[in-house]
Amino acid sequence: MSDTRYWRSLEDLAQTEEFRRAVEDEFPGRSPDWLEPVKRRDLLRLMGASMGLAGLTGCVSIQPQEKIVPYVRQPEDLVPGRPLFFATSMPMCGYGLGLLAESHEGRPTKVEGNHLHPSSLGATDAFAQASVLSLYDPDRSQAVMYRGQISEWPRFLGAMAGIRKQLLARGGAGLRILTEANSSPTFAWQMGFLLKDYPQMKWHIWEPAGSDGAFRASQAMFGRPLHPIYNIAAADVIFSLDADFLSSGPASVRYQREFADRRRVTDGQNNINRLYVAEPTLTPTGSKADHRLPIRASDIDSLARALAAAVGFASAPASTGDDARDSMVRAVAADLKAHAGRSLVIAGDGQPAPVHALAHAMNQALGNLGRTVQLTEPVQNAPQDVVQSLGDLVAAMRGGQVEALVIAGANPVYTAPANLSFADAMARVPFRAHLGLYQDETARLCHWHVPQAHYLEAWSDVRAHDGTASIIQPLIQPIWGGKSIHEFVTALTDFPDQRGYELVRNYWQTQRGGTGFEQFWRLAVHDGVVPDTAAAPLRVSANLAAIPPPESQSLPADQLELVFQPDPAVFDGRFANNAWLQEMPKYITKLTWDNAAYLSPRTAARLGLQSEDLVELTYQGRSVRAPVLIAPGQADNSVTVTLGYGRTRGGHIAQGVGFNAYALRTFERPGFGGGLQVRKVGRYPLALTQNHHALERAELVKRATLEHYREHPDFARHEHHPAFSIYPEYDYSKSYRWGMSIDQSVCTGCSACVLACVAENNVSVVGKPEVIRGREMHWLRIDTYFTGTPDNPEVVHQPMLCQHCEKAPCEPVCPVAATVHDSDGLSQMVYNRCVGTRYCSNNCPYKVRRFNFLLYADWDTESLYALRNPDVTVRSRGVMEKCSFCVQRIQRAKIDAELADRRVTDGEVVTACQAACPTRAIVFGDLNDPKSELMRLRRQPTSYGVLTELNTQPRIGYQAVITNPNKELVKA
Amino acid sequence: MGAVAFGLARLNESSYVRSTDIPIEQPVPFSHEHHVRGLGIDCRNCHQTVEIAASAGIPPTHTCMSCHSQIWTTAEMLEPVRASYRENRPLEWNRVYDVPGFVYFNHAIHVNKGMGCTTCHGQIDTMPLVWKASSLTMEWCLDCHRQPEKFVRPRAEVFNSDYRPPANQLELGRKLVAEYKVQRLTDCYTCHR
Repeated sequence: MSDTRYWRSLEDLAQTEEFRRAVEDEFPGRSPDWLEPVKRRDLLRLMGASMGLAGLTGCVSIQPQEKIVPYVRQPEDLVPGRPLFFATSMPMCGYGLGLLAESHEGRPTKVEGNHLHPSSLGATDAFAQASVLSLYDPDRSQAVMYRGQISEWPRFLGAMAGIRKQLLARGGAGLRILTEANSSPTFAWQMGFLLKDYPQMKWHIWEPAGSDGAFRASQAMFGRPLHPIYNIAAADVIFSLDADFLSSGPASVRYQREFADRRRVTDGQNNINRLYVAEPTLTPTGSKADHRLPIRASDIDSLARALAAAVGFASAPASTGDDARDSMVRAVAADLKAHAGRSLVIAGDGQPAPVHALAHAMNQALGNLGRTVQLTEPVQNAPQDVVQSLGDLVAAMRGGQVEALVIAGANPVYTAPANLSFADAMARVPFRAHLGLYQDETARLCHWHVPQAHYLEAWSDVRAHDGTASIIQPLIQPIWGGKSIHEFVTALTDFPDQRGYELVRNYWQTQRGGTGFEQFWRLAVHDGVVPDTAAAPLRVSANLAAIPPPESQSLPADQLELVFQPDPAVFDGRFANNAWLQEMPKYITKLTWDNAAYLSPRTAARLGLQSEDLVELTYQGRSVRAPVLIAPGQADNSVTVTLGYGRTRGGHIAQGVGFNAYALRTFERPGFGGGLQVRKVGRYPLALTQNHHALERAELVKRATLEHYREHPDFARHEHHPAFSIYPEYDYSKSYRWGMSIDQSVCTGCSACVLACVAENNVSVVGKPEVIRGREMHWLRIDTYFTGTPDNPEVVHQPMLCQHCEKAPCEPVCPVAATVHDSDGLSQMVYNRCVGTRYCSNNCPYKVRRFNFLLYADWDTESLYALRNPDVTVRSRGVMEKCSFCVQRIQRAKIDAELADRRVTDGEVVTACQAACPTRAIVFGDLNDPKSELMRLRRQPTSYGVLTELNTQPRIGYQAVITNPNKELVKA
Repeated sequence: MGAVAFGLARLNESSYVRSTDIPIEQPVPFSHEHHVRGLGIDCRNCHQTVEIAASAGIPPTHTCMSCHSQIWTTAEMLEPVRASYRENRPLEWNRVYDVPGFVYFNHAIHVNKGMGCTTCHGQIDTMPLVWKASSLTMEWCLDCHRQPEKFVRPRAEVFNSDYRPPANQLELGRKLVAEYKVQRLTDCYTCHR
């Protein structure tokens, strides 16, 4: 396997001079002054300056007088300096992710997953990690607004009371409520009452990344909108039709875990699953595929039909018109049939109804229904075709049938498909009120705007992907007086201005009332899940005759299609003002602070385009300008754009970043469509981190097929050179030997760990110009390596962080001993000693050290003070920093253990990255403890160290990637 | 120049720069001398988390009022305390011991390893207003972290402000260091994170 060539980017593959420079130069873009030999005169001048300044450091500094402010009445269980954890749930797209929020004296600073929650299982995604920054975001809406002027909540209630009288007289005719997808049982209960008051009112739901295809398919096949829950753990063979189930959707955290548990080859267990993915753009799911087919989204329908025919139904064409695809279809169909009842076909949210219908049909034909797919009644409130629902609303507004529009949470002026001209239609509504986290595009065009409370600020409830209800428990009073959706809609009732807490509690009293209620309530709030609320699986069968015909004529093979996808960082735009997410390198492309039009290398060559060209995309009569990014694995003649950028309102960070892909989206085909024109108009720099911190070429990645592994289980082990060091050995046997294991077989590159590290360790954001200079501060990055052809590469994700080498090359070169080893073997970084020579970084072969070139930490914005982890120093300018293995967590555990006169037990120290990881790829522990989970993993033959040939003796062991390709296809 | 540097270094360690031995004014002139020496109240009655947490804990107003709602209920000196309780507005004390932001000190582990209150806080029971009795320089911390046997005392004596180290402190210290498994922690990460 060692002859396999791995590359980080197309520049690396071509070994361009630029890429070589990036590998060799740790600090690109320096002033040339520093590269020239020093002249005698300059040396004397610098010496004079440093001696002058040296005198200053001796100057006395008396500490300023600080205050201690104790409580008046100290809350029970609160120990100052010791965080408390409270169960809550983060709602997104109408589903909740169960969390435990860490509270320092009432300030939430970090979230962890809730082990009891079915969607979380103890892990989180990147959005949840970043959500604490949104809580303290100073750009959030801070005041009730009326026609652009600051107003007050009571005035809003007064205005609503006036409208209410008119509406009641008409039975609610002319009243429209528009919300985001929502599964709150309390909200459904409130809406039930509202519908009684206003029988003619209409409730519309708009979710820009929602799936109209799944809804329509279920209507056709089952006669009603059913909700699929996949049992990934039970599936031996999975076929994904453009479904990124590992990184998007309400259950993706759980699905990653289930997938990973079927992917490990530890302790001889080597019965791993097989994943086939057909998709236009390389996603985390595609990156884990054993066989991936890059295919235009438009061609998925014909592929699904061919597969359905091969699986064994009639009335479908047997060929896709492409030999390679046909042979894949035959092999996949045989594999699926061989694993009938233990296989799974999943259709993607962006795909139209026929593909979803075909997936249902195939699952039924394969006997997977009830085994790997459970169908339940919908979990969401008022399930509806969200695209049609928005279209109906626009038609009604245009027709003058809407007297009052109440928008709770959504931002349709920005997110509605362009050809609906939502803003124009909305202008005809005489009364418009909006509830939102930001004074966004929609808020500006509404008469009234009410600031929304963040989920960490208000009581609510939400259902998980499987229907399990959770109480959303606030951690803090609304910082800027926001209102929850429950409190907002009370403005339409006889009893306005009710408190969210009472509303939620009263609803649950109607469900679980009686003498045991208090106990039930306390337990439900404490655990973060309400027992016995999961949706029951249904025994249904699909009407195979109802598979809809293809939605459009098949697109000629040489025509370009345009695909719309939610963005991995800012999603549908709701996180656009979150700088942590903006700076998170998007999986696979490693693009930050922008979105781009992804083109395959072949298509780009045909159109004469390069990465960072600015092009005009013209689609269905509308145009936007977008930068090009040539993306390995992109399907030919398919151009993918991500939503959520190009905001015109909604915060300093959101505005002016990227381009607005919604401006091209159509109501009729929100997922994708043909007929795209591309014209080059200029150049546009992108902040890509793909080539930053590239390591010298070596065997960084080890990878083998399952078959090869069975014959050579120890393929990943080095022919070891005898370790020799001029430095004396240190005896770690009496202390702890902290170490880590990272399983590359299961890492999907989802980046939850990257953001968990940012939140835990107060890592600064640097902004686009500094990212372009290679100065991003992330302590943990995910290196993506490709192998094979750029058209359809195979992918390995390698989380890279300080390896805490036992023979750390960074340490001997520090002239001021600012980085030294401790007795547990951690490579310590001592900020107050560091003088910023950056020698350590130059000498780190893993390139994991980060230098504060400027004062990146925001020391001025007051609301952000509360966000920071008080257990970690906020670093200043001129100081080197790097991963500390979450030493604050280690020290807490060590002190707790010492107080109880015992050793730290296995699993007691969980690093932030490990806690967040949905796949449990990261395991931390004590290498001195032979019974630890870490040592079990490190003993596996697949465990190897990166760059061990440099005799760095890293403390992190990586587990080699094991793939499970289908022999039939490998032969072909 | 060398002399100037030396002089500045000495100045930096002076009690003036280190603000030691200067009584700090407080919103209420709380006297440790009166409460500890006069009344014999244990340290832990008010500093409740000293044995379990990093912070020893500054008492909430509620703790003051548990006595002062009964005695000295009209004393003018205590009006800020009563006002705090009445108006639910915290008292703002002036910090006496202030370790820099990049130092993470933990009371619990020191107290549990036999480090007495007065070792760092001085003869607190003689202070009408508290002053800083130690320089809190890193050198001062390391003095003990390198040789804990010089300062460790029996656990039973930790909160005893009348405790005086015996003549055979080093001998006793070595015995206690072994018994309490006191480590000589001089790793940077012990205090700096």
